[in-house]
Amino acid sequence: MMMNNTLRNQCKLQPGSSIIGKWNKNQYKIIKELGFGANGIVYLAENRNRQYALKLSDNGTSIISEMNILKSFSKVQGSTLGPSFLEADDFIKSGKQFPFYVMEYIHGHDFLRFIEKKGASWIGVLMLQLLTSLSALHANGWVFGDLKPENLIVTSPAYKVRCVDVGGTTLIGRSVKEFTEFFDRGYWGLGSRKADPQYDLFAVAMIIINSAYPGRFHKKGEGYSQLKDLIKQKKELLPYKMMLEKALHGKYGSALQMREDLVAVLSKQGQQKKTGTVQAAAKQPATRQARRSQNHSNKKRGGLFETCLLVAIISMLYVLYIYEQLL
Amino acid sequence: MKAGTLRQILLITDGCSNHGEEPSAMAELAREQGITINVIGVMENDVIDEKGLKEIEKIAGSGGGVSQIVYAQQLSQTVQMVTQKAMTQTIQGVINRELQQILGDSSTIEDLPPEKRGEVMEVVDELGETSKLEVLILVDTSASMKHKLPTVKDSLLDLSLSMNARMGDSRFSVFVFPGKRKDVEKLLDWTPNLEALTATFPKLSTGGLTPTGPAIREALTYFNKKRSLRGLLSHDDEQYFEESM
Repeated sequence: MMMNNTLRNQCKLQPGSSIIGKWNKNQYKIIKELGFGANGIVYLAENRNRQYALKLSDNGTSIISEMNILKSFSKVQGSTLGPSFLEADDFIKSGKQFPFYVMEYIHGHDFLRFIEKKGASWIGVLMLQLLTSLSALHANGWVFGDLKPENLIVTSPAYKVRCVDVGGTTLIGRSVKEFTEFFDRGYWGLGSRKADPQYDLFAVAMIIINSAYPGRFHKKGEGYSQLKDLIKQKKELLPYKMMLEKALHGKYGSALQMREDLVAVLSKQGQQKKTGTVQAAAKQPATRQARRSQNHSNKKRGGLFETCLLVAIISMLYVLYIYEQLL
Repeated sequence: MKAGTLRQILLITDGCSNHGEEPSAMAELAREQGITINVIGVMENDVIDEKGLKEIEKIAGSGGGVSQIVYAQQLSQTVQMVTQKAMTQTIQGVINRELQQILGDSSTIEDLPPEKRGEVMEVVDELGETSKLEVLILVDTSASMKHKLPTVKDSLLDLSLSMNARMGDSRFSVFVFPGKRKDVEKLLDWTPNLEALTATFPKLSTGGLTPTGPAIREALTYFNKKRSLRGLLSHDDEQYFEESM
């Protein structure tokens, strides 16, 4: 869009250049551009050998609203979802005033790139983390609003999901003003844009769907049946089917409820894998002998299974015995 | 500060007017009455010519509103963004005036230190959320707009979805120009819900003339009628925001 072009030109800073705040007089050295959004450009900047993310804008008002959000975000206890806020100031360039604010630099891969590299098995785990963070945010009366993979960063070495753009964060009960159509339940005709916890949970479901459809898709006709069909067509989405449908319909009362269902799905997947190997071992008695030397773990698991069965039978007999004694 | 009513005209067009009064003069007239005019220029494969571009900017400039040129695919986001931005702009205009009265000279929100600015913006956001909003939508249905109309309809439904999520009441009315016999034709009376458009929009016939100026003038009388009628009936001394930036 045109607006972005003029914005980019006006707020463009060269790597190596420095800016000094009009009010607090802190100096930041620009290292590189990290990205740009609707309201400004985000730079990686350095002050006293520490790295920060610095957002510079030519639109005084929207960046100030964003800064307000970031400040209240920092006050949410126990939530490390968003970046912490450092300071706000103005940069004067050829007589014109550009407001900027400085925040923590969150370093890592964006969500979809991370999944691409590490595999789909990470989706569930990272979504568990996200739901925990969201539940803390919701408990403090806020809704994230513009949840999407681009706004999620997975940090390392301890893989942790963080959010980098908090511009869409909205007080519960107010209207969500910044959103992305694909992740917006209003776009899919599945609810309003009034901020409630379910708004975020819808977006979480869409993030999971997005991970199976990296190219995304547009709405065609009735939103829900289209999404339902698309979930059915991807085998990696099938285990999540029930949970996704519930989240799309806004049936979860809280992020923790959705988290519980996700835990159930993930542990079921784990179990299926385990029983799968045991069955495979049992089905191939002929090769089992030959494989014995290579496949210690299988043998051990088989032995364990037999022991468990034996213990179970004995305890059942014992219970029956006690029961009879009591009568 | 009590939340008042924000009144806007949203003009959706794809080119230059060719009939009747100068549109920007009519926009100036609107501004005098405390009504902001926003203009969205919709392109598809075509490009809006220099003359059309100038006119679009000029109308929004005179009308104290926001203008934006977009491709039809981005219309939904733009309609919402432009409406929101114009609301903030109007409220800020009011607050700047108050600030000037308190602090003197030409102080504006931008001159405050970031901390104070943050506090003022909280008030602006609060007012944007709780104010009543009236948007009169004026859609250009001249021949070249014909195949863009389904997209226009979708974006208007989307707008009502966004605005109705606010805490303050929102009401919309829809007019098209040129009308069958007159310059402007009313499609939908004041309503909080634009769902009714689904039935009427596809049946629109498109015409040859583009009487943008007369359309704005006509739309204004519609606001006025409503206000005086309301004043007579309910004697409510509702506060209206007036734009002066």
